[in-house]
Amino acid sequence: MKIIDVIKVASRSLTSNKLRSMLTMLGIIIGVAAVIIMIAVSSGTETAIANQINSLGANLVFVMSSFSQGGAGGGMATSSGGLVYSDADAIANSVPHVAGVAVEQTTTQTIKYGNIVLEDVSILGTTPDFTKVREIEVEEGRFLNDQELERSTRTAILGATIAKELFGDTYPIGQKISVGTLKLTVVGVFEEKGLVSGVDYDARVYVPITLVFDKLMNSQFSRIAGDRVRMIYVTVDDKENIDDVILQINLLLSKLHDVPLESPDFQISTQQDIIQTQSATTESFRILLAWVAGVSLIVGGIGIMNIMLVSVTERTREIGIRQAVGATPQDIQSQFLTEALILSLVGGLTGIIFGISGSWVFSRFGDMPTVVDPISIVLAFGSAAAVGILFGYLPANKAAKLDPIVALRHE
Amino acid sequence: MTDSVIIRTDQLKKIYQMGEVEVPALNGVSITIQEGEFVAIMGPSGSGKSTLMNILGCLDSPTDGQYYLDDQDVSKLNRAQLAHIRNEKLGFIFQSYNLLPRMSAVENVTLPMMYNKAAAGNQVEMTEKAEELLGIVGLGDRIHHQPKELSGGQQQRVAIARALINDPVLVLADEPTGNLDSKSANEIMDILHNLHQSGRTIVMVTHEHDIAEQTQRIIAVRDGLVELDNKNGRM
Repeated sequence: MKIIDVIKVASRSLTSNKLRSMLTMLGIIIGVAAVIIMIAVSSGTETAIANQINSLGANLVFVMSSFSQGGAGGGMATSSGGLVYSDADAIANSVPHVAGVAVEQTTTQTIKYGNIVLEDVSILGTTPDFTKVREIEVEEGRFLNDQELERSTRTAILGATIAKELFGDTYPIGQKISVGTLKLTVVGVFEEKGLVSGVDYDARVYVPITLVFDKLMNSQFSRIAGDRVRMIYVTVDDKENIDDVILQINLLLSKLHDVPLESPDFQISTQQDIIQTQSATTESFRILLAWVAGVSLIVGGIGIMNIMLVSVTERTREIGIRQAVGATPQDIQSQFLTEALILSLVGGLTGIIFGISGSWVFSRFGDMPTVVDPISIVLAFGSAAAVGILFGYLPANKAAKLDPIVALRHE
Repeated sequence: MTDSVIIRTDQLKKIYQMGEVEVPALNGVSITIQEGEFVAIMGPSGSGKSTLMNILGCLDSPTDGQYYLDDQDVSKLNRAQLAHIRNEKLGFIFQSYNLLPRMSAVENVTLPMMYNKAAAGNQVEMTEKAEELLGIVGLGDRIHHQPKELSGGQQQRVAIARALINDPVLVLADEPTGNLDSKSANEIMDILHNLHQSGRTIVMVTHEHDIAEQTQRIIAVRDGLVELDNKNGRM
């Protein structure tokens, strides 16, 4: 029998019982749509996280302090504890392809304005390059300048939330706030940036890093720590050069700190590393969702098998007639397999349409970022086809094995 | 006149296994049917005539013995091979017509061609041939009717057209008039006579004597054996 005839016969018997065919396809439709929507939601969330992380500066390399296993204790007291302020200058001056360097050291203080008191506020000491490196804009006033850094001037730039809490509707620029024991003049307020990787950029106060070194850090600690910094941000001029810059920083800092290259007292990571760490959590969630969706596809497949088995029984006599006039067992098998396949493929296509439009509805009205992954469409359609063949096989085989004499006698 | 043999069976045996018990249905049937013969097979129920008909129709295989159809030994063929034989060499007419209910007359007639390697795919040729055959059996004006819109006699005529579509060497009719009133039965028998006249070989199972006696030759089966083979068309 020609393939085109097989398809014609199969689709004809499916359309002769439209309601039943539609209900049978429903399982596959729901399964495929679920797969697509769930993958769209989770990859949408992932993309949103990646965008957020990338929004705080492009081509960033993070150099963080960590405690060396090798250098501590011995004769080299200076090599035992991480990054120092001068490392930043060294990187800026001697590593090629570096477009910008910013330094960060944090402490926690109570801040006051009038009778408003905010406790445990994160105070971030940094350098003028910070805005450039982290791509964060000052909304009111200005950021630090080099002079303020050099003289450790008592100035502060506020995160958006802090500014709102302290000043409300009052214009903050030029006001004095107390941070710990110091009185600082507010020179700028940042735009809202929100929560990125668990850090609220709006709930911080930014001051010259030299001010942190000189006045704000716990005095006992600072005597031992010297000009230690928590983190150095390095912007690389081009994505291509990131690996090279990392290598150069490794070599430079190991030499400066006099620690072995294999056990440094600092850590270097990139945005990509952070994004990957974040993705790992959504990844496991996504796998769970994919399993749930996969199970619903299997349930849909069982529905197809069920209906096909009923159909084989109902049409036993038809099978007998076809066999009598020359249909081979293979002809019968391919007819029923084709029916199952048409059910699952049409169901699959409908499911794809529902999946894509469902994802759109979610992002439009559900305030959930969704990205329809083309691979998820291929995957969903492929599994629908596989389900059709898999669950169509048993009924088709049952039909093919019917004895024509028995089948012809069937009422 | 050089007669060529269409059917030759040699000691056909069929034994059904019912659990532990072996039930013989055919105990060694040897018959020869020439091209152009019109043969009636008779016998009471349980005689083995249905089993013989099933084997002659390549719907079943003998347990033992040989069956040559059109000079080909078909007794050891597998199911797919038997299906091809049925398609190319045999035409069936059943007591209950056995038309596909949701198909028109012309679609029912072309059905065997869809399973025929040589004819499949050529829709125009298939339809033309089917319409021609429906004309011959007197249904030229009802080619697009579905079986439920046709009388029993008309349905049986569609079945005859279907049996002829692949130009078989043998037409097998199993109680073709069993479900029909005598007027329709006569019409069907007239068609079968015309086919016989035009050279077709027809084997018909019937339990009605007056129908059987219209043929040239009656083979009576009893207890799985040929009891009588009367070549002058009388019991």
